[in-house]
Amino acid sequence: MYPQEFLYTKEHEWIRVDEEIGTIGITDHAQKELGDIVYVELPKPGEHVTAAESFGTVESVKAVSELYSPVSGEVTAVNARLQNNPEIVNTDPHGEAWLIQVHLSDRSEIDSLMTADEYDTYVQKEKSA
Amino acid sequence: MRYLPNSDLDRAAMLEATGRSNIEELFGQIPSELRLKGRLDLPGPLSEPAILDFFRQAASRSGRDYVSLLGAGAYRHHIPAAVDALLSRGEFFTAYTPYQAEIAQGTLQAMFEFQTMMTQLTGMEVSNASLYDGSTATTEAVLMAMRVTRRSHVALARTLHPEYRQVIETFTKNHGGKLREIPCLDSGQIDLAGLKSALSAETAAVVIQSPNFFGTLERIGKAAEMAHQAGALLVVTITEPLSLALVKPPCEADIVAGEAQSFGVPVAFGGPYVGFLTAKEKFVRQMPGRLVGQTVDTEGRRGFVLTLATREQHIRREKATSNICTNQSLCALAVTIYLSLFGKTGLKKLGEQNLAKARYAAGQLAAVPGVTLPFSGPYFNEFVIRTPAAASEVLAELLKEKIIGGLNLERFYPEMKNHLLVCVTETVSREAIDRAAGILKRVASSNRQDHATRVNREAALSS
Repeated sequence: MYPQEFLYTKEHEWIRVDEEIGTIGITDHAQKELGDIVYVELPKPGEHVTAAESFGTVESVKAVSELYSPVSGEVTAVNARLQNNPEIVNTDPHGEAWLIQVHLSDRSEIDSLMTADEYDTYVQKEKSA
Repeated sequence: MRYLPNSDLDRAAMLEATGRSNIEELFGQIPSELRLKGRLDLPGPLSEPAILDFFRQAASRSGRDYVSLLGAGAYRHHIPAAVDALLSRGEFFTAYTPYQAEIAQGTLQAMFEFQTMMTQLTGMEVSNASLYDGSTATTEAVLMAMRVTRRSHVALARTLHPEYRQVIETFTKNHGGKLREIPCLDSGQIDLAGLKSALSAETAAVVIQSPNFFGTLERIGKAAEMAHQAGALLVVTITEPLSLALVKPPCEADIVAGEAQSFGVPVAFGGPYVGFLTAKEKFVRQMPGRLVGQTVDTEGRRGFVLTLATREQHIRREKATSNICTNQSLCALAVTIYLSLFGKTGLKKLGEQNLAKARYAAGQLAAVPGVTLPFSGPYFNEFVIRTPAAASEVLAELLKEKIIGGLNLERFYPEMKNHLLVCVTETVSREAIDRAAGILKRVASSNRQDHATRVNREAALSS
């Protein structure tokens, strides 16, 4: 159920890397846990994000949660649709509702991320814990 | 929610549940060096008649039968009896919204109405359910602008209430805030050229007050234009919101904050007062404090909820929008009742009365030889006069005749010697204004005589 071509963080973000550009979003598991998403706060293009540090917030009816970047680099694009349609994070978290695109400054950072199968196991373990 | 003290029976039940035989045993685990020894140093209890007598005496010392020309951020207006009558109802008479706020639909609806009225008055799009007072509301507006712009410099008008400026300084100091001052012109308004030079690429907010501390109306449109050009937000503070009954609302601003005490809350030794914070809707997620929203329940009926609470401290801890997690419900309710009683027309009439009385007073006072009006800008119910004698002496003479004469501006502006800030609301009669002018005339002429005697004596000595 988690796309094989993505890599995953323990904080439930995914990244799809094409050459130097990484597209980042939150996982289906994350959106289910958060509930109805009402607001997404993202950085502006040109700003710098750092691996494992917060780059924005996602707000649901229950809570506001930090978004953690899987990689470091400069933000090249931000999904403008989320401004007025944050609910697409609930309906299509792995597709339409990508959050930002980043120009990777250190490709080796992706080596420590989880594969789809590893992430699936991680989520199952977290659920049973 | 009501306040119900514990009875002996309650205490016994609680001791039984905790398995202790007396209170001393319950508190026994507190280290003895931390325990209070002996009783609190308080006077003994009084009987009901003695208590009433005590407070009557205190009240007789509080200047109730004095005429007040003192404003400077706190305004004495007549409060219709219905305000207190409704406010004292048990359903409302508690400072707190219950923790499951939605149980108290009446309180939430009252706050929703308060928010609606505040946005109608200020010309903004959203309002919160009130803050502690005008100074902290203005400070929250500044912090909000810092979050929105991700900048840290703030340009404060010299005509902004000096105590508000102090509160802003205290709050922003540890947020990396850097304050710059916008100077004041002979009109009593901010110097726009000075505003321009106070701006930089780091400016988060420009803060101006209108009517300002001197009672003068500021040029909000111009200030907004300049702030926006620099990428900063314009914060407008209002300490006398009754002015909004007559003056165009500051819609060009991004955030309008201030003090709503004028609307149904007594001056009462400086508190409790009630702050308001309104803004453009696009900034709502950076807005601090409680917000009440209107919604429908599962059966389609209208209801009210606390909204955007996920940004608040009790949920978001250290990442919260601000450390404000509460509001000033009872005072905000007083404001709501007061404004409902007056309505649009009534409020306008009241505003006109204030303006007319202030204009009459300014005319009468300025007609006294030696008294001048130093500022040329437009005003509402408050203005500055230059006195022919020391301001402190004028105030003392007025006080002898049971008139609180206003604020000696030298306290906050050392260069403004012999300047009084005078406020005239609907509570001041024409007779009182004439009397004040008469006293001022007497002080002025005796001062001239003193001066003449001194000059004569000096002349005699030197000849």
